[in-house]
Amino acid sequence: MIEVKPMEYEAVIGLEVHAELSTKSKIFCSCTTEFGGQPNTHCCPICLGMPGTLPVLNRKAVEYAIKAGLATNCTISLFTKQDRKNYFYPDLPKGYQISQYDLPLCKDGYVEIETENGKKKIRINRIHIEEDAGKLVHSEYGNYSFVDYNRTGVPLIEIVSEPDISSAAEAKAYLEKLKAILQFIGVSDCKMEEGSLRADVNISVRPKGSKQLGERTEMKNLNSFRAVYRAIEAEVARQIEVIKSGGVIHRETRRWDDAKGESYPMRSKEDAQDYRYFPEPDLPPLIIKKELIERLKNELPELPDARKQRYISEYGLPEYDAGVLTSSKELSDFFDEAAKVSTNVKAVSNWVMGDMLRILREKNMEIAEIPFSPAYLAKLVALIDKGVINGPTAKKVFEEMFDTGKDPETIVKEQGLEVLNDESVLLEVVERVIQENPNSVADYKKGKKKAIGFLVGQAMKATKGKANPQLINELLIKKLEG
Amino acid sequence: MKLHEYTISQLHDLISKREISVPELTRYMLDRIESLDSKLECYITVTEKQAMEQAEKVQKMIDEGTLNSPLAGIPMGIKDNICTRGIPTTCASKMLSNFVPPYDAHVVKKLYDNGAVLLGKLNMDEFAMGSSTESSHFKKTKNPWDTERVPGGSSGGSAAAVAAGEAIYALGSDTGGSIRQPASFCGCVGLKPTYGLVSRFGLVAYASSFDQIGPLTKTVTDCALVLNAIAGHDPMDLTSSRRQHPDYTKALVNDVKGLKIGLPREFIDDSVQKDIRDAVLNAVKVFSDLGAQCEEISIPIMEYVVPTYYIIALAEASSNLARYDGVKFGYRAANPKDMLDFCMRSRSEGFGTEVKRRILLGTYVLSSGYYDAYYKKALKARTIITREFNKAFEKYDIIIGPVSPTTAYRIGEKINDPVQMYMEDIFTVPVNIAGLPAISIPCGFDSKSLPIGLQIIGKRFDETTVIRAAYTFEQNTDFHKAWPSLNE
Ligand SMILES: [Zn+2]
Repeated sequence: MIEVKPMEYEAVIGLEVHAELSTKSKIFCSCTTEFGGQPNTHCCPICLGMPGTLPVLNRKAVEYAIKAGLATNCTISLFTKQDRKNYFYPDLPKGYQISQYDLPLCKDGYVEIETENGKKKIRINRIHIEEDAGKLVHSEYGNYSFVDYNRTGVPLIEIVSEPDISSAAEAKAYLEKLKAILQFIGVSDCKMEEGSLRADVNISVRPKGSKQLGERTEMKNLNSFRAVYRAIEAEVARQIEVIKSGGVIHRETRRWDDAKGESYPMRSKEDAQDYRYFPEPDLPPLIIKKELIERLKNELPELPDARKQRYISEYGLPEYDAGVLTSSKELSDFFDEAAKVSTNVKAVSNWVMGDMLRILREKNMEIAEIPFSPAYLAKLVALIDKGVINGPTAKKVFEEMFDTGKDPETIVKEQGLEVLNDESVLLEVVERVIQENPNSVADYKKGKKKAIGFLVGQAMKATKGKANPQLINELLIKKLEG
Repeated sequence: MKLHEYTISQLHDLISKREISVPELTRYMLDRIESLDSKLECYITVTEKQAMEQAEKVQKMIDEGTLNSPLAGIPMGIKDNICTRGIPTTCASKMLSNFVPPYDAHVVKKLYDNGAVLLGKLNMDEFAMGSSTESSHFKKTKNPWDTERVPGGSSGGSAAAVAAGEAIYALGSDTGGSIRQPASFCGCVGLKPTYGLVSRFGLVAYASSFDQIGPLTKTVTDCALVLNAIAGHDPMDLTSSRRQHPDYTKALVNDVKGLKIGLPREFIDDSVQKDIRDAVLNAVKVFSDLGAQCEEISIPIMEYVVPTYYIIALAEASSNLARYDGVKFGYRAANPKDMLDFCMRSRSEGFGTEVKRRILLGTYVLSSGYYDAYYKKALKARTIITREFNKAFEKYDIIIGPVSPTTAYRIGEKINDPVQMYMEDIFTVPVNIAGLPAISIPCGFDSKSLPIGLQIIGKRFDETTVIRAAYTFEQNTDFHKAWPSLNE
């Protein structure tokens, strides 16, 4: 009998990420880009594509897109143009989307992610600008639909990766990195739940080691990082299953149903749309000046990777901690502000990663909603370091800060939470504890050194936790031994 | 002389001297439309109430001395593909028969600022697609010189109204000859400005990279006056030029001495009706006699201009007209089965035959598998054609020729032969391809006493030389003085 080793497969994954740019106004008119609002209140004749209207390009959107390109190591095109992508759908007012076809604004970039096997570069094929479409709202009462054009014309960038991603985990890491970068440079708020960040995933599998690409499917309707992760896991498994059972993968677009954890074919290659791209005649080609690119480059803030390196080299934080702290701009900014005014950055980092994230989770709060300034956290750490309060008290004070937003010093003063360091006072307490607990004293004297812990606890209790435990310990030993 | 026969500058004089009031003049024009338009069918919408209100307002401003424009109080008409706030703008289509724009086109705003009085919206080929105004959904405009014949198109309503005195002047739009050809058929002056000189904001797009709005007037002087008012940069149209435009009335100089004029031999070959050739050659003689240097030249790419134009124009049109899906405005099919049926039937029922033909052709040339063979090749041809004209303009100040190979033909005569109709755009479309300015002015009459137009083509943004040559020709000939009899 010949033993056949089961064939092993690997996944080849590419992502197309759409991020809404956080410009104040839309890409071709002056309507607001604000999320929400009553249906069809954020539109005008231009974004509704009314006859005779023309698009006027919002330069800010171009600048934001260039920043995104620079932050992801792309080359910025000095000559670029916009094109029409033609298709009919009621949420697309003009019957075409103004996008970019063969001359994207940014190309050939990459971002670096952490994987199980260390760092990995995910190459970016291109980033182009385009306009968002509206939204169909299907009626609950009858066989008809409504259209809300508020989102129509909100500027988008589409970031197309090379198929360099090999697993769901890598895809998630890539998305998280992109999100952090776009947030750091302030060009998108990347809220997946509001649709300001969306991802389509191209997936194929092939025998491990093979150089040839398998036929791919495209997965749509992925509304969270978790959905991206699950959809990739499921689709890779499905494709391997199909191939193993002798089937073939067909080029098709599939729709992910997150509730069911399954995907369904939406349309096949045969009825793939012919978008009939051609240059947008209403918009002259875009000439990007080198000076503009230079200016935008100089405007770029510190990016997540650089900041992470700084935390490691300057603050001596472990790589893992630095990674967590720089995973979101808000978290990182909060930490930065606190660290700037602290002499014990490691402790600040522990507080941020530990108690702060826990409390935010428990209270279901955003970092932006924290009612005190980061400097107060630095102050809290300083109070501990100076021995003004002890650890357990500090935890209580921190909780209090989330409730009242007060300065930790004020909380400590108002509630008299300072550590008791006065030896004469503590001596009295120690003597009383020895008197009141003869059994423990006896145990200690018999050599049960652990009994000291109980006695310290009693002394702490008597001082409502304010005593300096170190000092209590010393005084107790002195008394008992002496 | 009757009031409707006056030019803008003559009426401006009368109004300034208080010999006539703006409301009187407006009333006169409305009455003329009332009595004549059932025969000529130039107007789709007559804005009587707005016109009279506007006339009162303008008169008041003139009296107060706050309005001092040569166009103040002059009644005019606007082609129905140029948006007018609160006034139906139909593009002569069933699709937009109920469309009332909530905004004015840039040119409309400019004319209003100059105190213009709008009489109404003028008939045209549906969505400006045609050269006879026969594809209008609403009516067929008649040529004032022979009401059995077409006025040309697509700005046929504009040209006929000016020629018949139903408007003192009019605005049209020219994508492939749509101002110049009807101007030549109706014996008036029609200018297609350089692409980018006049804002397209509010002009319902047919082919965005060719479309330009321009004036139709009785004389070259009037043409310069209207052009002065409508030209200039508009931040709402990114294809509109930022350059400062000159005062075009400064170009009204009766002098062509030393002007270098090229006459392409391809423009006067056998395909051109003989009396048109003769009229053009006569024009050459007029210019030569006045001291211009006329030479025959060759523009060898003429056989490619019509296909190049139609491929690019229809590709753009197929996309520009995609917005008419029944969802947001315009015609909407009744009782749709589903979304697809809704969109398809709204379009099938809302568009006319010629529009559908052009959308299909445009969709075809952009389709994958055909894009390279048609659209891409046409873009290359466009570059070459533009270069050929620029090359000619290195040696010549203007190029002259006929506007159309024929004079006005009978209604219904060519409507069933679209290719023949497309081919007759041969002398006008290269101007749009290259984005050049060109004017049509009366230069004679054929054996049936139908007007013949002379086309004068200039360098980009050199309307000044075009106007100077046209003005000189006009000052030294009498063709523009003829008036259709209309059996009045
Ligand atoms: Zn808008």
